[in-house]
Amino acid sequence: MNELDTKYFKKLVKEKLSDKSLRTIVKKATFHSLQKRNETIQNDISEKWEQLREKAYSIRKITIENWDYYFNQIKAKFSENGIDFFYAKNSSEVCDIVNNLLFSYKAKNIVKSKSMVTEEVGLNEYLEKFGFIVTETDLGEYIIQLANERPSHITAPALHKSRSEIGFLFSEKLNIDYTDAPEKLTDYARQILRKKFLNADVGISGANFLVAETGTIVIVENEGNARLTITLPKLHIVITSIEKIVPTLSDALILLRLLPVSSTGQKITSYVSFINKPEEEDNSSKNLKKIVVILLDNGRSKLISDKKLRSILYCIKCGACMNKCPVYQLIGGHAYGSVYPGPIGSILTPWLNSFKDSKDLAYGSSLCGACSEICPVKIDIHYQLLRIRKYSIEKKFSPFIEKIIFKIWLQIVKNYKIYNLLSNILCFLGPLFQETGLKIPVWSKYKYFPAPFEFSFHKWWQREVKTQEEYANV
Amino acid sequence: MKISLFIPCIVDQFAPQTAISTFKVLRKLGCDVDYPFEQTCCGQPAFNTGYHHEAKICAERFLKIFSKSNYIVAPSGSCVAMVKNFYEELDLSKETLSIYQYLKNNIFEFSDFLVNILKIENINAQFNAKVTYHDSCHLLRELKISNEPRKLIQNIKGIELINLNESDTCCGFGGTFSVKFPELSAAMTEEKVNNIEKSGADYVIANDVSCLLNIQGILKKRNSRIKILHIAELLALGM
Repeated sequence: MNELDTKYFKKLVKEKLSDKSLRTIVKKATFHSLQKRNETIQNDISEKWEQLREKAYSIRKITIENWDYYFNQIKAKFSENGIDFFYAKNSSEVCDIVNNLLFSYKAKNIVKSKSMVTEEVGLNEYLEKFGFIVTETDLGEYIIQLANERPSHITAPALHKSRSEIGFLFSEKLNIDYTDAPEKLTDYARQILRKKFLNADVGISGANFLVAETGTIVIVENEGNARLTITLPKLHIVITSIEKIVPTLSDALILLRLLPVSSTGQKITSYVSFINKPEEEDNSSKNLKKIVVILLDNGRSKLISDKKLRSILYCIKCGACMNKCPVYQLIGGHAYGSVYPGPIGSILTPWLNSFKDSKDLAYGSSLCGACSEICPVKIDIHYQLLRIRKYSIEKKFSPFIEKIIFKIWLQIVKNYKIYNLLSNILCFLGPLFQETGLKIPVWSKYKYFPAPFEFSFHKWWQREVKTQEEYANV
Repeated sequence: MKISLFIPCIVDQFAPQTAISTFKVLRKLGCDVDYPFEQTCCGQPAFNTGYHHEAKICAERFLKIFSKSNYIVAPSGSCVAMVKNFYEELDLSKETLSIYQYLKNNIFEFSDFLVNILKIENINAQFNAKVTYHDSCHLLRELKISNEPRKLIQNIKGIELINLNESDTCCGFGGTFSVKFPELSAAMTEEKVNNIEKSGADYVIANDVSCLLNIQGILKKRNSRIKILHIAELLALGM
């Protein structure tokens, strides 16, 4: 197996394509989510959906365009509410901040609820190196942690795993009898996780939205694990990225109407937590609770300042673009080799990591635009893919032979006489290949490539419609 | 009505019948059809691969050639979307930008032009066959055309239009994509062809030759009896 890295994208694609059972699992799961999404929109939201998307788009646009303002506003609110706040330029700064906090709290056991940003940071590996015991408490994330893998989808991390795979994994790692009954597996996980929650010194969560006007942290979930993560331990660390800010509570409510529908087809998730400030001080000062928010930049502020690229950060991490993407449906999330897979991952990753090593992600798309069409905040995803391709050529990352081909091609299409001369030669030879088709390297292994027709339309027009008189007779 | 035909290069060389049919149908509907002979390629292959410098030269050339056109009609959603929408991404010169601002509102895909400009939904054609329709991505998502071709098809006498499962899912062509990721592209086309075969149709209709030739690439490999047919050819049958 190839290492999960965007550098190996092309190899990983081939590897995952040959895994037919993976394809069945991914197709079934994405189809199910899409179907539920469509039903909910049709039955409960109907024509208001497009209006909601339009509103959400403008909320995200205004926020990102005026990010500095809202960033300062939320910083002030956090301090007013007694929440500690850190801005982290990159992953290692996040790790250092967390490490210092854990040491000062003499923490050992840490529970985590779902946070893709901590995946981006590589927080678990880092903390485990220092001897901390980190437990993922979202069921999907717990499965992934047991399997020592990476999430393959941003909202359904274990989407690539079948029920029986999970059954075997639990049986091996948790030493229980094999079962693939979801209720039983969930029950085992719950028994283990309850103990983890009770023994936890620190809870780490992500956040779906951070409301600038009130300093509210909004967390969306279905399992109740996030609520336990944020309430039981005496220290709650929120780790998310700088673009998660929204101006007002009513803005957050609009986005909340789109997020669960887009991601799982639910009108609302089982739990939505709004956290304003640490629990009030009770009589024993030992029980003081603390909340710390860490916002990761990691290249995002550069995107914010680029007018053409900043829409990438409108994303509310619903995962609908992955569900809808015909490429994702065939290869699953691991093929991308990036933390964020699918269409949104392909446009975000190159700007966060080494551009050169992840630019191929942008070429792994037919530009069909299904992602942009389903995106609840109307990100122009396929235009962003094209912008990455443009940047990649500007930076001269393209193969030499490709550059030469386009140079020659340009000389041909620039001059219609040369174009027509070559076109006529091709069409003259066309009939020779009518049966077999043209043999194009690699392509012909999979598909028949048609031969040119015996004459071009240019030729036909010249022959048949040169003069007005002939025009009338055609 | 004066119309300039825009025939994409792939149609020019691989499917001139589609272009001839487009011409004949428009003529039959009373249009005065012209073919600016200097046209070659709109620049999409370069643009999609990231070569904006090359694409821009094509775009500016295209705009100058069609600058005097009243209406531009093309039998392709993809190439119309390139001109209409994606030229915006190119850093066009002042001179060509003003042509673009004017032309982007006057360039139409064939079925869009028939139904929304000429207001023709029934062309009095006859064809006894079971057909199914594939939504080409740029036609559907860039130009928002999906009902127009279906109306035109349904009004053909003797035809049975069968619903295609996942008709709006990409056929996997994507130009450069099919060369850079041939296995992935082929896997997408296989899925498309599976759905086409399941539909029970004899013909698969689409508005883009590139999608059709790509679909044919797998149909031929499978020795399938199902044929591809561009909508313009379908409407011109018997003309």
